[in-house]
Amino acid sequence: MAVEPELRARIEDLLGALAAAIDDGEVERWPDFFTEDGFYQIIPREGYEAGHPLGIMTCAGRGMMRDRIAALRDANIYEPHAYCHLLAQPLLERAAEGDIAARTNFALYRTIQGRATELFAAGKYVDRIVEEGGELRLKSRHAVLESRRVDILIVLPI
Amino acid sequence: MSAVRRSNEPLLDWPAEGVTRVPYRVFTEPEIYRLEEERIFRGPVWHFLCLEIEIPQPSDIRLASVGETPIVVTRDEKGAVNAMVNRCAHRGALVCLKERDRQKALTCAYHSWSYDLEGRLQSVAFRRGVRGKGGMPEDFDMTQHRLERLRVETFCGLVFGTFSAATPPIEAFLGPMTSGLIRRALGRPHRLLGMHSQMLHNNWKLYAENLRDSYHASLLHTFYTAFKINRVDMDGGMLLSEDGRHSVSYSKRATLQASEELEGMRSAQSASALEGPRLLDTFDEWPDGITHAIQAIFPTLGVQFTLNSIAIRFFTPRGLDETELFWIYLGREEDDPRQADMRAIQGNLTGAAGLVSLEDGCINEFVQRGTRGSPDEAAFVEMGGRAVASSDNSRATETGIRGFWQAYRELMGL
Repeated sequence: MAVEPELRARIEDLLGALAAAIDDGEVERWPDFFTEDGFYQIIPREGYEAGHPLGIMTCAGRGMMRDRIAALRDANIYEPHAYCHLLAQPLLERAAEGDIAARTNFALYRTIQGRATELFAAGKYVDRIVEEGGELRLKSRHAVLESRRVDILIVLPI
Repeated sequence: MSAVRRSNEPLLDWPAEGVTRVPYRVFTEPEIYRLEEERIFRGPVWHFLCLEIEIPQPSDIRLASVGETPIVVTRDEKGAVNAMVNRCAHRGALVCLKERDRQKALTCAYHSWSYDLEGRLQSVAFRRGVRGKGGMPEDFDMTQHRLERLRVETFCGLVFGTFSAATPPIEAFLGPMTSGLIRRALGRPHRLLGMHSQMLHNNWKLYAENLRDSYHASLLHTFYTAFKINRVDMDGGMLLSEDGRHSVSYSKRATLQASEELEGMRSAQSASALEGPRLLDTFDEWPDGITHAIQAIFPTLGVQFTLNSIAIRFFTPRGLDETELFWIYLGREEDDPRQADMRAIQGNLTGAAGLVSLEDGCINEFVQRGTRGSPDEAAFVEMGGRAVASSDNSRATETGIRGFWQAYRELMGL
């Protein structure tokens, strides 16, 4: 079933704002784009297609997302770097229970301090989006990476 | 840059202090890297190739590598596991192209030379020519051409290969301690939960050191310390195999006695409760109280469990200062859904985005960059003394690193 233009515009705004929050260094806002028990996983395409339960990063609920942020702010060691997400137009579909299934291709460029910008990842977001008290939120997001090979490390969510 | 070396000069002069010093040239010298391919990767050493569960059925095929040499692993009609160099005996093209495949025969795409799953040449296209013209010489002998074979042994579902006839059987190579601990972690039927890899911009031996370095874990990996998963002030030790080349660093989480020395460190500060405590939900599966063990198996394999997360780390050189590190996560066939879920969530601790391991993605590169321009300087490796010996009650030691270099020097003649 088609998604009406007004709702599509709101979803595109949601996906764009989420990417911008990470790109702009406001990763603290990232969990707010999810429902309280929202699920997030970065997983290589081959594992996603094989149905593997374990990805590269998994957060079950906003609490685990906030722990990730606390770790990258206070505990983890890495060279300063920033992301730039490029999002394709999402493909949207009404799913069961009134959820919206969205699939959005992305390219992610990473710039480590003092180095050239490099393509860090490309793939697709496979999202389930729900409306909660008038707000759209992600019930789940799989960031499916085309390659299983990660350059150096991943510390920021994709 | 070093001057051109005369043929009679040694590749490097290892400092007189022996394995407590590591000359930085070993991480940057192309000639040493070339020699490693010959003496380590084609030497009398077992190399991890893949898991048996990746090739469960006859005709299953899996690609692997030993050093930079491409390898194809097959399970033949009789159920036996074979490993060959993935290089056609004709003109050297890759014979198998898919990382995972199922085929009755291995056929090179270039000129259709075809091999059975043990690597024996079965047919050659246009062997007798076309319409009676061309073709191989009369004396062409199929039995004289085959895929170069490796010896293969399996242990607890791990497939190992070696080029050398001198490599002892796998259990003798591992020794009783190492094989016993692998059996403990992988002895029951397991299944694949996930897999990915990480490109490290450093020589492979810097990661080999890192894997054996129980000293850094509490200091660099602050998440470990802050959340009391593995700390140097828990009961534990760093044990070496008799020959010193394999090691295990282990700890018992229930035995933490916070030490003054660690509490003052950056890594022990920031401690706060997890907002998503499910990360550290565990179930009891290790009756001996050991909750964390990282085994380093010479030269490039790691088998570890952290709480209930069981993983294999395997790394392989992709050039002088490029290393690919693979993370393979396993569960057990008998796991109930709750246990399977715990293992999946605990997978967050390690890997390319591991809360406690992601620093290893960059720290070895920091050494590669830090030592650039200083090939004649050497690392100082005396934590825990100067010996290559087990450290029964402390992991504030670099003995595992010394054990690696001892084995390395012996094989390399350096």
